[in-house]
Amino acid sequence: MTGFYAALFWIATLVLVGGLAYRIYEYAKTPAPLKIPTTPAPTTFVGVRLRMLREVLLFESLFKGNKWIWLFGWMFHVGLALVLLRHFRYFQEPVWGIIAFIQPFGMYAGFAMVGGLLGLWARRIVVERIRYISNPSDHLMLALLVGIGLTGLGMKFVSHTDIVSVKAFFLGLQRFDFSQPLPSHPLLYIHLGLVAMLMIVFPFSKLLHAPGVFFSPTRNQVDNPREKRHIAPWAAELERR
Amino acid sequence: MADFQTPQIREYPTIPALQPNSMAHLKPYIAAPAHQEALGFPGELVENWQQKAIEAMGDLLGKYRSLRVFLDSCVKCGSCTDKCHYFIGTADPKNMPVARQDLLRSVYRYYFTPAGKLGQKLGENSFIHKLIGARPMTEAVLDEWYSYFHQCSQCRRCSVFCPYGIDTAEISMAAREIMDRVGRGQKYCNEILGKVHKVGNNLGLPGPALEDTLAGLEEDIEMETGVKVRLPVDEEGCDILLITPSADFFAEPHMDGLIGYAKVFHEAGVSWTLSSYASEGANFSMFIGSYANLKKAAERIRKAAIDLKVKRIVVGECGHAWRVAYSFWNTAAGIGAGADPDDKYAQELQKQLDPRYPIPQHICEFTWDLIRQGKLKFDKSRNDHRVVTFHDSCNVARASRMGDKPGGQFEIPRSVIKSVVNNYVDMDPDTIHEKTFCCGGGGGLLTDDLMEIRVKGALPRMEALKSVVNQNKVTNLAAICAICKSQFTKVLPYYDMPMDMVVSVHQLVSDALILKGQEEDEPQTAAAE
Repeated sequence: MTGFYAALFWIATLVLVGGLAYRIYEYAKTPAPLKIPTTPAPTTFVGVRLRMLREVLLFESLFKGNKWIWLFGWMFHVGLALVLLRHFRYFQEPVWGIIAFIQPFGMYAGFAMVGGLLGLWARRIVVERIRYISNPSDHLMLALLVGIGLTGLGMKFVSHTDIVSVKAFFLGLQRFDFSQPLPSHPLLYIHLGLVAMLMIVFPFSKLLHAPGVFFSPTRNQVDNPREKRHIAPWAAELERR
Repeated sequence: MADFQTPQIREYPTIPALQPNSMAHLKPYIAAPAHQEALGFPGELVENWQQKAIEAMGDLLGKYRSLRVFLDSCVKCGSCTDKCHYFIGTADPKNMPVARQDLLRSVYRYYFTPAGKLGQKLGENSFIHKLIGARPMTEAVLDEWYSYFHQCSQCRRCSVFCPYGIDTAEISMAAREIMDRVGRGQKYCNEILGKVHKVGNNLGLPGPALEDTLAGLEEDIEMETGVKVRLPVDEEGCDILLITPSADFFAEPHMDGLIGYAKVFHEAGVSWTLSSYASEGANFSMFIGSYANLKKAAERIRKAAIDLKVKRIVVGECGHAWRVAYSFWNTAAGIGAGADPDDKYAQELQKQLDPRYPIPQHICEFTWDLIRQGKLKFDKSRNDHRVVTFHDSCNVARASRMGDKPGGQFEIPRSVIKSVVNNYVDMDPDTIHEKTFCCGGGGGLLTDDLMEIRVKGALPRMEALKSVVNQNKVTNLAAICAICKSQFTKVLPYYDMPMDMVVSVHQLVSDALILKGQEEDEPQTAAAE
């Protein structure tokens, strides 16, 4: 199994990084030919950065839109962020101070993460409008994330695995040393399998909202169309006659 | 002619239960070959239209970052689902913004995503397609697009509440552009746009008729006030070129607004002119998502400005026209400032324009500047028979600005109104400013063949209005958009409110303005109507 997971994680990492890099390249090279910020919008570059920061950290627009979705969505994302940071310790030696510091918070963040996901999932099933717009893949994505969360919490609070070996396994992967054995533990196998799956589907799914939000012209454009001429290369081409 | 039910005004609005496909029957008239060809589109549905449609989508995906990012990013969170006035008024789930986008996103996923392409290897409608909600481009899909992408007024209310700023307007513009390119255009928009390209305005009003109308208005003003106020056309070397929606030349209450602008210009002592070549502020190319046509229509204004050697350009009361002018004119035709020194095309016009003023400038900005400088004298009591509320037009509110601060588009028109009327109230805060509800007739829907969706889509605005009519005795609804004014005039009676309660903001200005040389205590007669 160690060999299988070692290969799986290398492939998953390559797909995630390569896929995301390609998507970001694609978004970056596609021009935004018109000024379309949703107004009122900031009139300066610094203002736009702040708007983006509020959007990414606080989900400002979602807060305006729906308090329940905001609550569950924010719980999930903040939980996930802390959990991810907590997991850094498996990939570094020595462990950074900040990572050591957040360990206890990260532990409970796991519950917030799963709680938020279950809240979102419940709405997807119970609220008629959201049920209507859901595809099977939307449910599967939630199942995948809940599965990751539950197996992780299971290993923390129910059935421990040998995390020292797990760490050795991942540190080994980084050095192309595939000899460090992964502990044989069913929850760990499921957990890691689902994580690898998530990494692989990331660049091909709605998870692209993560890079997408930074490229959204309605949020990242400065409101200054009268003061500065904004023109895309293909549009400028129309003027050279 | 109304074979549909006007929605009930609800005291406590709730989100309606879904009524799937309840609006699937509604489709606007299809553009005739002549309307299509005038805009450079095929006259009729082309033979290999599926393939052409997919190619057109691919082309737009390469040109518009918005489209690409918006199609990928939606997580179906549901935040937008209850925000569209057409959904609120019809309960048809395909009028929920995300569901409307999905009509196109499903096709995108089929042809342009790795999962969709993988699915195609397994068959036409494989399990992968079902899993991700992908579907091929078929006749039924095209029909659905034609129906529901003409039930979107591109008002951007949904984009305010989207965590990724996904703007359904961008999607519906792309869908209409694709449909135009395969020969399935909408009559209303395309016919009108053809008139702009040919004659210079939406009405197809030729120069002599325009001069006639303006001469008539000059007489009216002189009769009413005893002061000669001019409405010049095609006068070279003026300071200001006024670009205004052609409805201002033709219908109530729009014309009273035009009279208002003329009086304000008169009092300011500036020289100004209209252009018979570019006698239209509206630019319906935006509605059909056609950059080429948008540029062509905007270039008429550019040419008029250059030919008439004006220094400033002021835009009259019109919502999408102001969006196009404010946000797109500089891009499409160099009408603005800040072009690169080596940008010869834009520099040609910009070096002629006066950099001390914003280009283009909204008439409300212009009037508000004068009011702040104390250059206009008002008798507010002339508007005392009115209690006024203001409707934020969607394109002004969420796609443009006035003044130099964000949100000036809300404050400046209200400041102008409050300077000329004593009785002003706002509607429910959830229905104004950036959360304003569309009038129901924007985005190329202001046509009789779409009356059902117009009436139903007006529901949230009508509810908010009815509430201030009942509680605050509001008598008049002021607007700064030709489409809003026309739409309200038509729709108000369906909701048992008088059609003539709609007024132009500059009609209010006009009624209160005391012109130099005009007797101050002269009794006010026949201002409106």
